[in-house]
Amino acid sequence: MQWETVIGLEIHVQLSTRSKIFSAAATAYGAEANRQACAVDLGLPGVLPVINAGVIKKAVKFGLAVNAEIAEHFVFARKNYFYPDLPKGYQISQLELPIVGYGQIAIRLDDGSNRIIGITRAHLEEDAGKSLHEDFHNMTGIDLNRAGTPLLEIVSEPDLRNAQEAVAYMKKIHTLVRYLGISDGNMQEGSFRCDANISIRAKGDTKLGTRAEIKNLNSFRFVEQAILHEIDRQIDILESGNKVVQETRLYDPDKNETRAMRSKEEANDYRYFPDPDLLPVELSRDDIESIRTELPELPDAKRQRFIKAFNLSEYDSSNLTISRELADYFEATVQASGGEAKLSANWIMGDLSAALNKENKDITKSPVTANALGGMIKRIKDNTISGKIAKQIFEDMWNGEGDADTIIEVRGLKQVSDSGLIEKLVDEVIAANPDQVEQFRSSPGEKQGKLIGFFVGQIMKKTQGKANPQQVNALLNKKLTAG
Amino acid sequence: MSLEKTEIEKIAWLARLALDEDDIPGYARDLSNILGLVEQMNTIKTNDIEPLAHPMEIKARLRPDEVTETDQREKFQNIAPHVDNGHYLVPRVIE
Repeated sequence: MQWETVIGLEIHVQLSTRSKIFSAAATAYGAEANRQACAVDLGLPGVLPVINAGVIKKAVKFGLAVNAEIAEHFVFARKNYFYPDLPKGYQISQLELPIVGYGQIAIRLDDGSNRIIGITRAHLEEDAGKSLHEDFHNMTGIDLNRAGTPLLEIVSEPDLRNAQEAVAYMKKIHTLVRYLGISDGNMQEGSFRCDANISIRAKGDTKLGTRAEIKNLNSFRFVEQAILHEIDRQIDILESGNKVVQETRLYDPDKNETRAMRSKEEANDYRYFPDPDLLPVELSRDDIESIRTELPELPDAKRQRFIKAFNLSEYDSSNLTISRELADYFEATVQASGGEAKLSANWIMGDLSAALNKENKDITKSPVTANALGGMIKRIKDNTISGKIAKQIFEDMWNGEGDADTIIEVRGLKQVSDSGLIEKLVDEVIAANPDQVEQFRSSPGEKQGKLIGFFVGQIMKKTQGKANPQQVNALLNKKLTAG
Repeated sequence: MSLEKTEIEKIAWLARLALDEDDIPGYARDLSNILGLVEQMNTIKTNDIEPLAHPMEIKARLRPDEVTETDQREKFQNIAPHVDNGHYLVPRVIE
């Protein structure tokens, strides 16, 4: 039997506001336990929630960016369940009339094709606190700093067909919310996490199979592994003639498997009702349009512009627009280099990325500024230095030894392009190595390309790598073949 | 519509209420009456009526995104039954 996988993702994005969604307590990450949990967050009697305008604005930005219908009238509802890190006994969320309605986003697959993925809705809700089960002598410790932090839950249509598409979709949303400046997207700190609904059906069926929901996936790799594992598990069940049970499962990254949550952990009768403490929110068309004017250039538009304006490949452009910061860095580098887009792209995606990865640094923390990198690329282009010497200069800049021009000056790294000197060196090397010359001349053309490397190496040795490689190659070729 | 005993027990469990066995028939009758009233309301044609999310015809006033709450942890934790190292303690919740 041919099977088809159907996946829908629910992505929880923590919105980067200063204060909480219904209280004026701080949301900053990493504070001492319960220092940022006020009476509203604690659910003390007599308190009332007041909606944060910044939260509404950020949610609207997301909606506009995915061409969704923005509700001009929306309400909040109570989702009731008992858990100690939810002091009120309900989470304020949205059920009917969410702030963001149906929208769409395009994802790009590895084979270069595009797919449009539907977004069913995105609604606002408050996060719960944290339960800590260790260090409290058989008690559970509750930290309510996170309680009341604004979340935007983005629900996709069941449009995704495999793990690769799910990851591409998740990455796209991740890039988008960071471009929009509505979330820091920090996955380690839990600002961006997702639940995956997965089901299997016979290929060609139009009815969905029974789904399992996998909770709390907080990295792209876990999403991929959990989905791959869950697909295998469900197909095994179906092929042995059994039925998939609708349930909530947890992914265990250490064992790379999913397991069913205890039924008690599953509270699926939430008895939603409109929250009587909160009035309906009205947004005017003007409010929405004024938020639209604040939208930055979005990733797809930027990618297209880079391809056109800088003559970059689709691949380079996609990589450089993965974050707004990286794209800004690239543009600044090109500017400083005097318009060398391709070289700038290569350096940023090559040596710079490698160095950043090695030290686990973000582009915004790069010790080599865009200006410095652009300045060095300018010197490659005007033949002051070779690409090889540039690698050395890049390392020196990384280690804080000044800009390229200073390093070239202090270290005497200026490329030797004096044709008289190079010719002299070429003659010396040819004279000193008669055996290699003989071998070169008796070899067929296609082999000579390799053999010439020996002579280039000798000359580079004599000049500490500073000889202009194009000139050296040209002269060697001329003299070796002429003899 | 009339509720069964098991439904009353489920509703009570969801609300974490301990019901006396003897009280269950009474609750079943009262809640069934409420549902009966809802059923009666369901027969009314409401196609032309705008849904009402709140009895007052006013909209929410929003608050600017500013932190105005100060840290009052000590005060709050003074009235908590158990605290340790800044955390509120509850009976162990098994993972």
